[in-house]
Amino acid sequence: MIDMQTPLKQVRGLGASKTGTEHFWQQRLTAIFNVPLILYFICFILRHLGATRAEVVASLQNPFEAVFLLLMLASVFWHMRLGMQVIIEDYVHEPRSKIAALVLSTVFVALMFVIAATSILKMSLA
Amino acid sequence: MVLVIYGALKMADSRPVARPLSPHLQIYKPMLSMMMSIIHRITGAALFFGTILFVWWLSAAAHSDGYFNLVQGFFGHWFGRLILFGFTWALVHHMLGGIRHFIWDTGRGFALPMVEKLVWANLIGSIVLTMLLWVVGYGVLP
Repeated sequence: MIDMQTPLKQVRGLGASKTGTEHFWQQRLTAIFNVPLILYFICFILRHLGATRAEVVASLQNPFEAVFLLLMLASVFWHMRLGMQVIIEDYVHEPRSKIAALVLSTVFVALMFVIAATSILKMSLA
Repeated sequence: MVLVIYGALKMADSRPVARPLSPHLQIYKPMLSMMMSIIHRITGAALFFGTILFVWWLSAAAHSDGYFNLVQGFFGHWFGRLILFGFTWALVHHMLGGIRHFIWDTGRGFALPMVEKLVWANLIGSIVLTMLLWVVGYGVLP
Protein backbone atom coordinates (compact mmCIF):
# COMPACT_ATOMS: atom_id res chain seq x y z
CA MET A 1 0.00 0.00 0.00
CA ILE A 2 1.30 3.42 -0.92
CA ASP A 3 1.71 5.57 2.19
CA MET A 4 1.56 9.30 1.68
CA GLN A 5 2.66 10.08 5.25
CA THR A 6 6.19 11.20 6.10
CA PRO A 7 8.21 8.78 8.27
CA LEU A 8 7.89 11.15 11.24
CA LYS A 9 4.08 11.20 10.88
CA GLN A 10 4.04 7.41 10.77
CA VAL A 11 6.15 7.09 13.90
CA ARG A 12 4.01 9.56 15.82
CA GLY A 13 0.89 7.69 14.70
CA LEU A 14 -1.40 10.60 15.51
CA GLY A 15 -3.30 10.67 12.19
CA ALA A 16 -5.50 13.45 10.84
CA SER A 17 -6.94 14.36 14.25
CA LYS A 18 -3.40 15.17 15.52
CA THR A 19 -4.33 13.57 18.85
CA GLY A 20 -4.33 9.90 17.83
CA THR A 21 -6.52 7.61 19.92
CA GLU A 22 -6.36 9.82 23.03
CA HIS A 23 -10.03 10.92 22.79
CA PHE A 24 -11.30 7.37 22.30
CA TRP A 25 -9.09 6.06 25.11
CA GLN A 26 -10.24 8.69 27.62
CA GLN A 27 -13.86 8.12 26.60
CA ARG A 28 -13.59 4.37 27.25
CA LEU A 29 -11.57 4.74 30.44
CA THR A 30 -14.08 7.17 31.97
CA ALA A 31 -16.89 4.86 30.77
CA ILE A 32 -15.35 1.95 32.71
CA PHE A 33 -14.93 4.08 35.86
CA ASN A 34 -18.47 5.39 35.43
CA VAL A 35 -20.07 1.96 35.90
CA PRO A 36 -19.14 1.39 39.59
CA LEU A 37 -19.28 5.13 40.37
CA ILE A 38 -22.81 5.48 38.94
CA LEU A 39 -23.93 2.36 40.83
CA TYR A 40 -22.65 4.08 43.97
CA PHE A 41 -24.46 7.29 42.92
CA ILE A 42 -27.76 5.41 42.47
CA CYS A 43 -27.37 3.93 45.97
CA PHE A 44 -26.58 7.39 47.33
CA ILE A 45 -29.76 8.81 45.79
CA LEU A 46 -31.88 5.87 47.02
CA ARG A 47 -30.55 6.42 50.56
CA HIS A 48 -31.50 10.12 50.44
CA LEU A 49 -35.01 10.03 48.94
CA GLY A 50 -37.10 12.46 50.93
CA ALA A 51 -34.16 13.19 53.24
CA THR A 52 -33.89 16.37 55.24
CA ARG A 53 -31.01 18.77 54.61
CA ALA A 54 -29.44 17.80 57.94
CA GLU A 55 -29.35 14.14 56.86
CA VAL A 56 -27.67 14.99 53.54
CA VAL A 57 -25.07 17.17 55.30
CA ALA A 58 -24.45 14.41 57.86
CA SER A 59 -23.84 11.90 55.04
CA LEU A 60 -21.41 14.18 53.25
CA GLN A 61 -19.43 14.68 56.45
CA ASN A 62 -18.42 11.06 56.03
CA PRO A 63 -15.26 11.51 53.92
CA PHE A 64 -15.94 8.32 51.91
CA GLU A 65 -19.25 9.69 50.67
CA ALA A 66 -17.72 13.04 49.70
CA VAL A 67 -14.72 11.45 47.98
CA PHE A 68 -16.78 8.92 46.01
CA LEU A 69 -19.24 11.60 44.91
CA LEU A 70 -16.37 13.83 43.78
CA LEU A 71 -14.77 10.93 41.89
CA MET A 72 -18.13 10.14 40.27
CA LEU A 73 -18.54 13.75 39.21
CA ALA A 74 -14.99 13.99 37.81
CA SER A 75 -15.33 10.82 35.74
CA VAL A 76 -18.91 11.45 34.58
CA PHE A 77 -18.32 15.11 33.72
CA TRP A 78 -15.16 14.38 31.73
CA HIS A 79 -17.00 11.56 29.93
CA MET A 80 -19.89 13.81 28.98
CA ARG A 81 -17.61 16.61 27.82
CA LEU A 82 -15.97 14.11 25.45
CA GLY A 83 -19.35 12.77 24.32
CA MET A 84 -20.84 16.19 23.63
CA GLN A 85 -17.69 17.07 21.65
CA VAL A 86 -18.35 14.11 19.32
CA ILE A 87 -22.00 15.09 18.89
CA ILE A 88 -21.07 18.69 18.06
CA GLU A 89 -18.33 17.66 15.63
CA ASP A 90 -20.78 15.34 13.87
CA TYR A 91 -23.56 17.86 13.35
CA VAL A 92 -22.06 21.38 13.44
CA HIS A 93 -19.79 21.93 10.45
CA GLU A 94 -19.53 25.71 10.12
CA PRO A 95 -16.18 26.48 11.88
CA ARG A 96 -17.30 29.47 13.95
CA SER A 97 -20.50 27.80 15.22
CA LYS A 98 -18.57 24.59 15.87
CA ILE A 99 -15.91 26.29 18.01
CA ALA A 100 -18.57 28.32 19.83
CA ALA A 101 -20.58 25.15 20.57
CA LEU A 102 -17.47 23.28 21.75
CA VAL A 103 -16.42 26.13 24.06
CA LEU A 104 -19.98 26.49 25.41
CA SER A 105 -20.28 22.78 26.16
CA THR A 106 -16.95 22.81 28.00
CA VAL A 107 -17.99 25.91 29.95
CA PHE A 108 -21.26 24.19 30.89
CA VAL A 109 -19.44 21.08 32.13
CA ALA A 110 -16.87 23.15 34.07
CA LEU A 111 -19.63 25.23 35.65
CA MET A 112 -21.68 22.18 36.68
CA PHE A 113 -18.58 20.47 38.10
CA VAL A 114 -17.41 23.47 40.11
CA ILE A 115 -20.90 24.15 41.54
CA ALA A 116 -21.31 20.49 42.50
CA ALA A 117 -17.80 20.15 43.96
CA THR A 118 -18.10 23.41 45.92
CA SER A 119 -21.47 22.30 47.33
CA ILE A 120 -20.07 18.92 48.40
CA LEU A 121 -16.96 20.45 49.99
CA LYS A 122 -19.01 23.13 51.76
CA MET A 123 -21.19 20.49 53.42
CA SER A 124 -18.36 18.03 53.93
CA LEU A 125 -16.07 20.52 55.66
CA ALA A 126 -18.82 22.41 57.50
CA MET B 1 -7.24 5.22 -27.37
CA VAL B 2 -9.99 7.66 -28.20
CA LEU B 3 -11.71 6.63 -25.01
CA VAL B 4 -8.57 7.31 -22.94
CA ILE B 5 -8.22 10.80 -24.40
CA TYR B 6 -11.94 11.40 -23.86
CA GLY B 7 -11.53 10.23 -20.25
CA ALA B 8 -8.56 12.54 -19.70
CA LEU B 9 -10.49 15.47 -21.12
CA LYS B 10 -13.44 14.58 -18.90
CA MET B 11 -11.14 14.54 -15.83
CA ALA B 12 -9.70 17.92 -16.76
CA ASP B 13 -13.21 19.31 -16.87
CA SER B 14 -13.78 20.57 -13.34
CA ARG B 15 -17.45 21.47 -13.74
CA PRO B 16 -19.59 19.71 -11.11
CA VAL B 17 -21.22 16.51 -12.37
CA ALA B 18 -24.52 15.27 -10.95
CA ARG B 19 -23.12 12.12 -9.35
CA PRO B 20 -25.31 9.91 -7.20
CA LEU B 21 -24.96 10.68 -3.50
CA SER B 22 -24.13 7.94 -1.04
CA PRO B 23 -27.25 6.54 0.61
CA HIS B 24 -28.11 8.25 3.88
CA LEU B 25 -30.44 7.57 6.80
CA GLN B 26 -33.70 8.15 4.90
CA ILE B 27 -32.80 5.34 2.45
CA TYR B 28 -32.53 2.61 5.09
CA LYS B 29 -35.40 0.77 6.68
CA PRO B 30 -35.08 1.64 10.39
CA MET B 31 -33.56 -1.36 12.13
CA LEU B 32 -33.56 -1.90 15.88
CA SER B 33 -29.74 -1.89 16.14
CA MET B 34 -29.69 1.42 14.26
CA MET B 35 -32.40 2.91 16.49
CA MET B 36 -30.46 1.78 19.57
CA SER B 37 -27.36 3.57 18.31
CA ILE B 38 -29.41 6.76 17.92
CA ILE B 39 -31.06 6.29 21.33
CA HIS B 40 -27.62 5.81 22.90
CA ARG B 41 -26.62 9.23 21.60
CA ILE B 42 -29.93 10.87 22.56
CA THR B 43 -29.80 9.46 26.11
CA GLY B 44 -26.18 10.64 26.36
CA ALA B 45 -27.15 14.17 25.36
CA ALA B 46 -30.16 14.08 27.71
CA LEU B 47 -27.94 12.97 30.61
CA PHE B 48 -25.53 15.81 29.77
CA PHE B 49 -28.28 18.32 30.55
CA GLY B 50 -29.85 16.07 33.18
CA THR B 51 -26.84 16.68 35.43
CA ILE B 52 -28.48 20.05 36.14
CA LEU B 53 -31.00 18.12 38.29
CA PHE B 54 -28.35 16.65 40.61
CA VAL B 55 -26.28 19.85 40.73
CA TRP B 56 -29.43 21.81 41.58
CA TRP B 57 -30.28 19.37 44.39
CA LEU B 58 -26.69 19.43 45.73
CA SER B 59 -26.36 23.21 45.65
CA ALA B 60 -29.72 23.54 47.39
CA ALA B 61 -28.49 21.20 50.12
CA ALA B 62 -25.40 23.36 50.50
CA HIS B 63 -27.51 26.53 50.57
CA SER B 64 -30.28 26.43 53.17
CA ASP B 65 -33.13 24.42 54.66
CA GLY B 66 -35.76 26.50 52.91
CA TYR B 67 -34.24 26.17 49.46
CA PHE B 68 -33.52 22.46 49.94
CA ASN B 69 -37.14 21.80 50.98
CA LEU B 70 -38.30 23.61 47.84
CA VAL B 71 -36.12 21.40 45.60
CA GLN B 72 -37.10 18.21 47.47
CA GLY B 73 -40.72 19.32 47.11
CA PHE B 74 -40.26 19.72 43.35
CA PHE B 75 -38.78 16.22 42.99
CA GLY B 76 -41.58 14.86 45.20
CA HIS B 77 -44.25 16.39 42.94
CA TRP B 78 -45.60 14.14 40.14
CA PHE B 79 -43.99 16.33 37.46
CA GLY B 80 -40.60 16.22 39.18
CA ARG B 81 -40.94 12.47 39.56
CA LEU B 82 -41.77 12.12 35.86
CA ILE B 83 -38.54 13.96 34.97
CA LEU B 84 -36.57 11.80 37.41
CA PHE B 85 -38.17 8.65 35.97
CA GLY B 86 -37.04 9.67 32.48
CA PHE B 87 -33.59 10.50 33.84
CA THR B 88 -33.36 7.07 35.53
CA TRP B 89 -34.26 5.26 32.31
CA ALA B 90 -31.80 7.34 30.24
CA LEU B 91 -29.03 6.64 32.77
CA VAL B 92 -29.67 2.88 32.93
CA HIS B 93 -30.12 2.60 29.17
CA HIS B 94 -26.94 4.55 28.43
CA MET B 95 -25.00 2.44 30.93
CA LEU B 96 -26.24 -0.87 29.47
CA GLY B 97 -25.50 0.50 25.99
CA GLY B 98 -21.98 1.27 27.18
CA ILE B 99 -21.57 -2.30 28.46
CA ARG B 100 -22.71 -3.49 24.99
CA HIS B 101 -19.89 -1.39 23.53
CA PHE B 102 -17.39 -2.90 26.03
CA ILE B 103 -18.38 -6.37 24.74
CA TRP B 104 -17.81 -5.19 21.16
CA ASP B 105 -14.48 -3.64 22.22
CA THR B 106 -13.19 -7.14 23.01
CA GLY B 107 -13.98 -8.16 19.41
CA ARG B 108 -16.90 -10.37 20.47
CA GLY B 109 -20.61 -10.19 19.67
CA PHE B 110 -20.48 -8.90 16.10
CA ALA B 111 -22.44 -11.78 14.53
CA LEU B 112 -25.90 -10.46 13.58
CA PRO B 113 -27.93 -12.85 15.81
CA MET B 114 -25.76 -11.77 18.76
CA VAL B 115 -26.14 -8.08 17.86
CA GLU B 116 -29.90 -8.61 17.85
CA LYS B 117 -29.75 -10.33 21.26
CA LEU B 118 -27.64 -7.53 22.75
CA VAL B 119 -30.06 -4.93 21.43
CA TRP B 120 -33.03 -6.65 23.07
CA ALA B 121 -31.09 -7.24 26.30
CA ASN B 122 -30.25 -3.52 26.37
CA LEU B 123 -33.84 -2.40 25.76
CA ILE B 124 -35.62 -4.88 28.05
CA GLY B 125 -32.86 -4.63 30.66
CA SER B 126 -33.12 -0.85 30.85
CA ILE B 127 -36.90 -0.93 31.29
CA VAL B 128 -36.82 -3.73 33.89
CA LEU B 129 -33.96 -2.15 35.88
CA THR B 130 -35.64 1.27 35.84
CA MET B 131 -38.88 -0.24 37.14
CA LEU B 132 -36.93 -2.16 39.78
CA LEU B 133 -35.10 0.97 40.96
CA TRP B 134 -38.40 2.80 41.31
CA VAL B 135 -40.00 -0.05 43.21
CA VAL B 136 -37.01 0.03 45.58
CA GLY B 137 -37.28 3.84 45.66
CA TYR B 138 -40.94 3.77 46.72
CA GLY B 139 -40.05 1.01 49.20
CA VAL B 140 -37.43 3.09 51.01
CA LEU B 141 -39.37 6.37 50.79
CA PRO B 142 -40.24 7.52 54.32
